[in-house]
Parts: sequence; structure tokens; C-alpha cells
Amino acid sequence: MSKRIVVPFGPQHPVLPEPIHLDLVLEDELVVDVVPSIGYIHRGLEQLVQKREFTEYVYVAERICGICSFIHALCYCQGIEHIMKIDVPDRARYLRTIWSECSRLHSHLLWLGLFADGMGFENLFMRSWQLRESVLDVFEDTTGGRVIQGTCKVGGVRRDIGQEKLDEMHRTLDSFEEQCRDLGGVFLNDETVKYRLQGLGVISKDDAYALGAAGPTLRGSGVAVDHRETGYAAYGDLGFKPVVETAGDCYARCAVRVRELYSSIDLIRRAIEEMPEGSIDVKVKGTPDGEYFSRAEQPRGEVVHYLRGDGTKHLVRARIRTPTLANIPALVKMLPGAQLADVPVIVLSIDPCISCTER
Amino acid sequence: MTIVSEEQTTTSVALENLLKEVGGLQADGYRLVQIGCTDVGGAYEINYSFDKGYQFRNLRLTVGPETEVPSISGLYWGAFVYENELHDLFGISVTGINIDFKGTFIKTATKYPFSVTRREGDRCRNA
Repeated sequence: MSKRIVVPFGPQHPVLPEPIHLDLVLEDELVVDVVPSIGYIHRGLEQLVQKREFTEYVYVAERICGICSFIHALCYCQGIEHIMKIDVPDRARYLRTIWSECSRLHSHLLWLGLFADGMGFENLFMRSWQLRESVLDVFEDTTGGRVIQGTCKVGGVRRDIGQEKLDEMHRTLDSFEEQCRDLGGVFLNDETVKYRLQGLGVISKDDAYALGAAGPTLRGSGVAVDHRETGYAAYGDLGFKPVVETAGDCYARCAVRVRELYSSIDLIRRAIEEMPEGSIDVKVKGTPDGEYFSRAEQPRGEVVHYLRGDGTKHLVRARIRTPTLANIPALVKMLPGAQLADVPVIVLSIDPCISCTER
Repeated sequence: MTIVSEEQTTTSVALENLLKEVGGLQADGYRLVQIGCTDVGGAYEINYSFDKGYQFRNLRLTVGPETEVPSISGLYWGAFVYENELHDLFGISVTGINIDFKGTFIKTATKYPFSVTRREGDRCRNA
């Protein structure tokens, strides 16, 4: 047996836009054990719930993450609406679905670009981010913000999308889908990509489930769990099936995200076609008194907002479990057996969002 | 499409029965979703959340600030992230964690920043 050495990976590393640290225990270049560390930028946003009124905390929830910002706000609002028994108008549910799926599109395209960059496929990185720009343009056109949208609120949404704009979005979806399929084809079919990803960072179906993994990390191992199946927002009306792959390796996790691009485009298309008329919000009266575990499906997996009110305008507790936190144990199990040079790609394959983790 | 209706149930559990109850859920095929804590002023409510087919089960353990809580990481290996968090943010002593960071998992300027009890009732409210 070779002498074991510990190589630090992160918190600053070219493939990591945010800080996470792994102590890699190596025998030669083979990873035999991993110890993760987080907590470099913990912001204590959960605690702010005691300083902001429950209607204002939406802004804080949205700022937990700059990528899945809208879905954080949605999950928080749905939790408050459940506690206060508020029925959100149908049009608001559909608008929430459109913006949620736009979030998923731009998150997955961002990740595909970073993943391509991590593999050394620079023009694929640029192409992915070029496509992502058009999603951000839609956000800017429809909400006024490219990163933080500020449209979700307790009781509905703040902004409507006019019919003219919806028609324009619908018209551009066909060409956007064609471009996504071209891009996805490279990730799914290119021999270099396959050679780099297949058989790498494997986690079995049983392990992924037992470790509490979430999102594409779980579905890439063959477990069909996607919270959109519960039909929140307008998913119950639109029809939805989770995207699942079975190999459990980096390629499978990548394939799930690529195929989810197509599924998101389809959901947006149908949400536009079936958009109901009517109001976009209801007036909120009273204060939340009760508790609820609100759950929604972010691009990285299931997010949980535990909300608890005591009848005052401040919540007693907001506890947010983000998907990356749930995927860290799975990452620790994926890495042993890999070569040191493969670690960056495996780490990226769970799409780590440290901003979410360090909420 | 079939919409799966989500149900949430919360059951109180005694400290001495925690591992038995968690073991029962594991045997029934539940996955661990999260472990979270709420400081209720003088005591901590710890929620162990599990899911199977979108049916959400919570085990709620209420303990005092000096109580030692046994780790469930022997049953759910991935529980270490949540249990280290319980210690670092609330000061709850969790014994037998498979990967115990001993207070260095989440680095904060203030010790146990989320614990109202340990900060002697300061809820940070501006109400």
C-alpha cells in the first residue's frame, strides 16, 4: 500500500465559483477518503426571519441564491399561503410555473457551461452561456430583473405578463428548443464527453436514496423523485413526468439536466397556451399562526422551507434545507475510487451551490 | 398525469425511543430529508424529517439545552451534515456522529448564533 497523503481541494479552486473545502486522502493519485468542510460564508439568513415581517422575508428568501432565487421565493410564499389558507389565483400559479421553469433553464445552462469548462471544452461552455443569456433576457423583459426577479409575493405575483409578450415567448420557444437540442446533442453524443464522464463518480440507486440525495443527483441514479409530481403551482394542471437516468455516473447526471431543458421548454409552452385569465394576487389579511414544511423542486433538487409562525408579524423560525446540503453526503461517497484529476468533474456533477448551502 | 398528494404528519418522540423510531422508518424505506431545530425558549425542538413517495413524516424530539442527543448517522449515514449543524448553530450536543467536526463544520463569529436560550432570550426582534 502506498503512503497516504492529504491533498486540500478548495475552498478556492478554478472549478469552484464559491468556497467549499474537501480534504482528499490519496494513495498515489487515487482518492480513498474525503472529508468535506463548509461554513466559510455562512450568512445566517434564517435568523433574519425574526427581524423582517413575514411579507418582507420573501425578499430575503429570494436572495438566498442568485440562480434559483425565484424558486426560493415561491417555496417560502407557498408555505405561508398554506399556513394562512390563502388560495392563489390560477393565473398567478401559471406565471409562477413559467418563471420557475425559466429558472431551471438558466440554471441548467449555466451548469452545462461550467461543466464543459471543467472538462476543458471551452467552446461548449461559451455556447451554453450564450443560450443562457436569452433566458436571462426573458427574465429581464418580464420581471425587470435578470438575477433577482422580485415578482413572487405572499398571495400571488406582483407582475403579469401581457398576452403580446406571452405570444412572443411562445414564438421564440421553437427556435430556442432547436438550439438547446443541438447543444444537448453534443453533451449526450460526443465521444470525448462520453469518454470523460461515463463510469465516473458512480453512486448506486440504493446509496443515492439512503444518503438523502436530491434532484438530478438522485434521478441520475434511477430514483424517480421530483417534487413537481405533487402538482404545486400549475404542475398538476400541465402534466409532468420526472426525467430519470439509471447509470448513476457523471454522464447520467449530465443527461438528466440536458433532458430537463427539453421538459422545461415543454412546460413553459403549455403554461403559455393554457394561461388562465384573471387576477394575479389576492389581498393578504392576518398573520401566520402555525407551521408547515413547504417543499419545491429547484434545479438542484428538492428545497424545504420549514416555516413557523405564532400569530405575530414575525415568524418564529424559518429553516431552509437546500439541495446541495443534502447532496454533500452523496458527493463524499462518490469520490473514493476516483483519480485526483477527476475530482473537479465529479464535484461539479452535483451542481454545488454554496450560496444556498450557506444560507 | 397522476398528482401525488402530499401528506405531512408530525409525531412526538421521546429521547430514549429516537433510534428505535428512526430505525423503524429506515426499515420502512423512508429517506432522510432533513434535521432541523427550533429554539422554543429554554428548550429545543428537533425535527427529523423523512419522505417516502411524497409522504412526509416528522419525528419531533424536545430536549433541554444540556441534553445529549444520540446521533442517527449509524442509521442514515448522511445525517452528519445536519447533526454538525445542530451543534454549531444551536449548541446541541450530539453524540456518536460518524463524521464529527467538533464545532468546526460551520464557522461563525458568534458561538451558537441561532440559540435564543443560550443568548438569554434575545430574539433579535424589532417588533
